[in-house]
Order: sequence, then C-alpha cells, then structure tokens
Amino acid sequence: MTPAKKNRSTSARRATPEISLRPERELRAITERVLRIAKSSGIPETEVHVDEVIDALTRFANNSIHQHVAEHGLTVSLRVVIDGRTARVTTNRIEEDALRAALESAASLAASQPKDPGLLPLPGKQTYRPVKRFIDATAALSAESRARAVKNTCNLAENKGQIAAGIFSSGQSQSVLANSRGLFAAYRQTQAEFSVTMQQGSATSWAKANAADFRTFDSLALAKTASEKAVRAENPAELAPGKYTVILEPAAVLDLVGFLFYDFSATAIQDQRSCFSGRLGKPLLGKNITITDDVHHPDQLGAPFDGEGIPRQSVILVDDGVPRNLVYSRRSAKKSGTRPTGHGFALPNEYGEAPMNLVIGGGNSSIEEMIVGTDRGLLVTRLWYIRELDPYEKVMTGMTRDGLFLVEKGKVSRSVRNFRFNQSILQMLQNVEALGPSRRATAEESFEMVVPPMKIGNFHFSEVTKF
Amino acid sequence: MWDYCGHSLDTARLRGATYADVRVMHQRQRDLTTKSGEVGTLGQSESIGLGIRVVVNGAWGFASTDQLTREGVAACAAQAVSIAKASALAKKEDVRLAAEPSYVDSWQGPCQKDPFEIPLESQIDLLLKADAAMRQIKGVTLTETDMQFRKIDSWFASSAGSKIHQRRYHSGCGIVATSFKDDAIQKRSYPNSFGGQHILGGYELIEAMDLLKHAPQMAEESVALHSAAQCPEKKSTLILGGSQLGLQIHESVGHPIELDRVLGQEANFAGTSFLTLDKLNNLRYASQIVNVVADARPAHGPGLGTFAYDDEGVPAQCIDVIKDGEFRGYLSSRETAHLIGLQRSGGTMRTESWNRLPMIRMTNISLLPGTWTPENLIADTDDGILMDTNRSWSIDDRRHQFQFSTEIAWEIKAGKKARMLKNPSYSGITTEFWNSCDAICNADHWVLWGTPNCGKGQPMQTMGTGHGAAPARFRNVKIGTAFSNQ
Repeated sequence: MTPAKKNRSTSARRATPEISLRPERELRAITERVLRIAKSSGIPETEVHVDEVIDALTRFANNSIHQHVAEHGLTVSLRVVIDGRTARVTTNRIEEDALRAALESAASLAASQPKDPGLLPLPGKQTYRPVKRFIDATAALSAESRARAVKNTCNLAENKGQIAAGIFSSGQSQSVLANSRGLFAAYRQTQAEFSVTMQQGSATSWAKANAADFRTFDSLALAKTASEKAVRAENPAELAPGKYTVILEPAAVLDLVGFLFYDFSATAIQDQRSCFSGRLGKPLLGKNITITDDVHHPDQLGAPFDGEGIPRQSVILVDDGVPRNLVYSRRSAKKSGTRPTGHGFALPNEYGEAPMNLVIGGGNSSIEEMIVGTDRGLLVTRLWYIRELDPYEKVMTGMTRDGLFLVEKGKVSRSVRNFRFNQSILQMLQNVEALGPSRRATAEESFEMVVPPMKIGNFHFSEVTKF
Repeated sequence: MWDYCGHSLDTARLRGATYADVRVMHQRQRDLTTKSGEVGTLGQSESIGLGIRVVVNGAWGFASTDQLTREGVAACAAQAVSIAKASALAKKEDVRLAAEPSYVDSWQGPCQKDPFEIPLESQIDLLLKADAAMRQIKGVTLTETDMQFRKIDSWFASSAGSKIHQRRYHSGCGIVATSFKDDAIQKRSYPNSFGGQHILGGYELIEAMDLLKHAPQMAEESVALHSAAQCPEKKSTLILGGSQLGLQIHESVGHPIELDRVLGQEANFAGTSFLTLDKLNNLRYASQIVNVVADARPAHGPGLGTFAYDDEGVPAQCIDVIKDGEFRGYLSSRETAHLIGLQRSGGTMRTESWNRLPMIRMTNISLLPGTWTPENLIADTDDGILMDTNRSWSIDDRRHQFQFSTEIAWEIKAGKKARMLKNPSYSGITTEFWNSCDAICNADHWVLWGTPNCGKGQPMQTMGTGHGAAPARFRNVKIGTAFSNQ
C-alpha cells in the first residue's frame, strides 16, 4: 500500500481498532494456571502453549469487495509427560474447569499407550535472542483502510479496462510457551499481505507482497505491475514442449525450492524419506547454491524458538552446492548424538523438525540483466499446483501461471501459453546460470522465504495447456 | 447456543443489517498416528465459537469470536456490521439472495459407533498391529498408520427465522508402507493414499476397512515395485481404480463446476474455470455413458459432502452435473443462483469452522455407476494399463490440463492382468479425457470415497468432499509422460 501519504489520509478516518491482543501477562497467567492445576493433580511434567490470533482479510474480485472477514481466537494447547508417555490436548476454552478437563484428557490419552523409550524429559529454562516483528501500524490497520486501498486497485483496473481480484489482509498474533521446568518463551508479530491478479481479456498476471510492516509495500504499485504484465500476456503463442532456459521470478523459485524444506530434517533422514539420504557431504547442487536457515534474517518472520521452546539456531544447510547440515529436534539430535538446533515441531508428532526460515544466497544479476543475456528462453512469473512425483530425485510437476513470456535475443518478445513442467529440483539447482539479489518472496505453494530470482538451463516442460 | 445466535442477530439488525446469519460450531477432533512401530501423534482438540455474516448497505461483512458471552457475541456482530460498511466502499451491486424458506430442524448424521467412546487403547493397539504387520516384510523401510475422528455440532440461525442444529461425525483411517532402495522411494497405501478413506460416520468405518488384513499386501507391493518395469510412455487404454477416479472427478469435474470460480471470485488464488456460463447446457463434457451428480442428501450415502442443510440454511439437494455426457449444472449459492437463471440455491455453501465464511464447496460429486464388472472390463481390454491409488495430482488453474501419477499399475494384455509397473502416470485435457470413457463398473463396485483435504479460499479453508466412483475405462490416453526425459 502506498505510503506515508495514504497513511496520513486514512488515519483520520480510521476507527480505533476494537480488538487488540491481550497483554502478555494474561497469557502467562493462563500458563501458570495450567501448571498449577497440573501440579495439584500430580502430573509430573506439563508444557503449555497459548496462542492468540487476530486476523482480518479483505477479498476482492470483479473490481469489487465480495468477501470481508475478521477473526479473533485464543487456544491453549497442553502436553503432559507421565511415566515415559506423552499426549497433547488443545482447547479454546480457558475457564478453570475446562483447563482441568483438558489436563485430565491429556493424562488419560498418555496413559492409554505403550511407554516410549525415546521420550525426553521437558527442557529447562532457555535464553532467546530477541526479535522485533510487531508493528503497531499494521496492528492498527482497519477494515476501512484496507477497503480504500482495494478500491484504488479496482479503480486502476477499471480505468485500464481490466478486472482485478485479490486480497489485502492484516493481522497480529502472539504465542507463549511455558513448562513445569521453568521454561518460558514469548513472541508476537504482525503480518500484512497484498495479492492481486489483473485480467486483460483472457490474459492474467499477478503480484504479491507480504511483510510484518504493511508500509514496506505499495499495493497500488503491485497492482500496476500486474496490470502492465497482463497487457503483455495477451494473445499467447503456443510453443512446443521441451527443455528451455528459464528465468524464474522469486515467487516461482520459492514455490519450487520450498518443497525441499522437509528434506533437511534429521528425522526425514532417519526415516529414509529425504532426498539427501546418502548424499550429505557430497557435491549435489551447483557451486553457486548456498542455503541457510536463519530466523533472525531481517526479512524473515516467526518465533525465535521451536515447539519445545529450544532457541532456533542459524544453520548452513547447503554450502557451495554440498548439503552439509540438517536441523534437529531434541529427539532426533539425541538419536544422532548431536545437539538440537531449535527446529522441532510441537510434540508429539512423527515428523520431527524442519527449517522454517530458509534463505537462499543470491547474486548480482537483475532479472533485466538475465533477460538481456538470454538468446532464447522463458520468463516465468509464478508456478501453480506443484506436486512431488519422485521423492528421492525430487522431481516435481506443476504449471506456469499468470504470465509466461518468451525471451528472444535479449528481449521479452511475446507471451506464450502455459506449460506443465516435470523437473527435478536437484537437477535444476545444478543448472543455475545466474542469481539475482535475494529477497523475501511470497507465493501460494510454500511459506515465505528469502530467495533470489534464478536463470536456469534445461528446464523441462512436458505439455502445453489451452491458454 | 440459540441465545448467542439470537443475541448476535438482534445486534446486527439493530446496527443496520438487512440480512444476517450466524453459526455457532463446536468441533472435537482426535488424531492418532504411528510410525515404524511407535506412536507418533496422539492428540485431541476442541474448538467452539461463533461466526456471523451480515449484509449492510448492500455489502457483506463477517466476523467471528470465541468469546461466547452476550457481550462477546454482540461485539462480534457489531464488528461484522462495521466490516460490511467498509465493504460497501468498493461494491458494484447490492448483494441479492435467492429466496429460501426458513427452517427449524435438528438432524444427526449416521454414526453406528461413536469413535470417542471406543477405548483409545484399542485404537492404538490396532494401529500398532497394522504397523507391525507391514514391518514384517523385508525391504520395508518406513511404516505409517493413522486414524482421525471429528464430531461437529453446528447451530445455524438466520434473520429470516431459520434455526437448524446438525451433528456430524467424520471418521478416517489408512496405512502406508514405504520402501527405500538404491535411488528410489516406493510406497503403497490402503485404502487410499494421503490419509486413507474418510466417511460421514463412526468407528464402523475402521472395522470395515480391516487394516490388519491389508497391511502385508501393501508392504509386499511397496518392495516389489522396485523390481517392476517402468510404466511406458505411449497412448494407451487406461483403467482407473475407484479411489483414483474419485480424485479425477474431484479435480476435473468438481472444481470446474464451482460457480464462484466460474464468476472469477477465486481468480487470485484457486483459479477460474473453463466452464464459462455459455457452456451450461451447451457442452459435451463427456461420453454418453457418463452421468455425474452433486448429491449432498443422506440418501446418496455417508460421504464427507453429506448433510441435511448447507451453511446458509438451504436443504441438501441432488443436482445433475453431467447428464448423458452433457454439461447440465453448477454448484451454486443463494447469492449466485440467479446468475444461471435458478430461482433457488443448489445448497453448496459450506464452512470449515466457526471462524470461516461459508463458500461454494463440493458436496458429493459422484460418477453414477455403469454396468460392467471389473473382471469383464479387464477381459474386454486387449491392451491397456490399470492404475490404482493416487501418488500425485496437478491441474492448471482453469482446469483444462491435468497430470496424475499413481502408486502402482499393471499391464493388461489380451484380457488379463499381467506384470506390475512402477511410476505410472497419465495426463490429458479434461473434456477430451471424459469423452474417452467407454466403460464404467456397476453399483456393486461403487464406493463413496472421502477427500478430507480440499483447500480453497482466503483465508484458506480445508473441506471434506465425497466422490462416488467405480472403476472405469478410458481410451487413447497419454501415459507415462511424468517420468520421461528426466
């Protein structure tokens, strides 16, 4: 959304937000109540998560708002550890009786299973590097402010003879985690997102941004980008399927490479379902590929602790094309004889852990420079409906969507019909010819990460669709 | 609950709403999984809250809260009114709703055995035994099992006078054997992949599925796939097993007929549809033997799309989608019905939870049975491939071009099931594919499959849908493209 000027103009009209997050002390009090009841009930170890969410979303299509929603909820999720057994119960009722009943249910669930020899006692007190991801301006964004920004986008579409569809959302959330061994962790953040599809005749294009601070993106500028690309996307030519050089915009990179995230899990390696099984320490990807997980990267969001309250560490996962390290929960770390990295999911679960804040190292080539340096290739705006075909070679299928353009002799020459791809991510990351600067990217198939645009050789398109 | 409903509706009316409806929902869920002989997930959850949808100044607003007090629900209703007023800043036309009588009713879906009353020890014991039975087979490297149960109570009330209570149980279960060898991972799932089979019903599903009996076969096949021949790349006759055909229906019939997609309301996220309004009653969607209905009525069977009333208070209905191969109907709502000349909604508005807006969703989108038996179908096929159990699915954002892969396939040669094939896949264009259907098996082989994980909407909502299907045959289909040229 634009800027300061718009913020000033809307602030006078903005109603004071009726709802805001509870003070952290109230959530802490809920955890203390649960731990007190558990102790008085003779439950040896208890962990409590309290999560509060306030979200609102303005949805538009056909140049008008058609859905406009808000939600506010709080959940208490507690886990007990009794005699080598554990179980979790989650409720959104916080009265004393309801919490007591939840604890009794958890104890009953735990008792109904065999003893788990690999179950660890709860961790003790931890220290966290703080992060600041709560932006008052985003928390205060009103339905009317979002509606006015949407109206500007719809007006732009109408003036261009186009049809706009999309969302403008904003929200705030907080989580606290406490356990009976004295661990306490707290985190709060805001998040805003603007996504727009512009339709010109039967052609479409798209743009999207997501951030803790809505002032870091300009909704109207995003709409203009999508609008201009939609014009260029008209009258697509049909090309033959085959192997092409592609220039993937960051959203397309994100949605493909995002499918690798669980492969970096130590539990996935132990279960022999990771594509890195038997491949750690060996050259696997191009030397220009480095992947880290870093919750503290300035473009990332998310809590600096994991589902058990262990601090998230920065981990170099792929170093110059060689997969070097994994992420570990406490359980998988113990099994592997190493230390946890703070990437565990809330227990009990069968998946273990995963990196949730991937950062792929970038380069210096802008998308424009990649185009200039391409004799014949395809510029890809975004991908769609990506699914895994082969889990070990990491072959994925999916479609291009909302703007696929032919590049000839260093220029974008015309739009082309959308292709289906069947492409190994591992092979793709061996064929990266150029990288742009990394930035926070957002799309629809993967959660947000920091990734660069990429120019890639020999990308395999297998079939073409009708538009 | 009715007090909360009534108080929120009163508040909305007083603040200027010309129409309002409210849902209080109480959802309870139990999730059990095992992995390689150990309990994985073991958890229960419950969630209760209220969501209210209002029309003010001709525009929609929706708000939800878990504060179930008179003050809490009144504040929520006031917020919905405030949001609707903001929506009116960017509206084109006033909301127009198809007429619908008001109803006062209470309904409970089928449930012979309440899964929450079955001792948890016996549920875990069954999963661990199935898990162990798969691990008996040499070469299996990972085993997984799961059960999931949900109990959903909803209280719907509208400013037009409806008051409807519904109670539904959803139950599901499945097992998976995975084998990693050399440079390949193969898996087999029963009774379906991605969570198994799910129905509107209780623990009777778990007993009927007999996971233990099927566990060794799944394990053996996951290992055997490594030495099976690669599925060839060619055009071929294709026979699809029922569960895979259920997903084919979901993706290439169910989604394209959602009227909100057709009207562009999902253009930014889930996509649109090739079934533009001019195609209604004017498109040969499929061959003449193909009949597809959208049937939410309990009489259709215990599907995940079965209910008595949808989430805007419209009774469940059966709609012809494809009749004798011709395209006949969309999934509609009270707001969209008039756009296709209907006087009344088709009753397909559904919500995931109290904090989500109802939207057009599939109910039970089912291919009606034909006349064949699977044995006759194979005997009648000279050269073809039988594929079963989904492994991956993908389709473009207008629902033309699709590609599916399955866990397993068998060659059919001279009317007999021959050798096993690995990495099978097929692809095509929706209407070309459905027009190539020349045989559908009969009602004895028809199963109402449950798809528990259909995602749509922003914020995202996950919904269960039903898909009745019996094995069917398709001619001249593109086979094997997914794994070629890598």
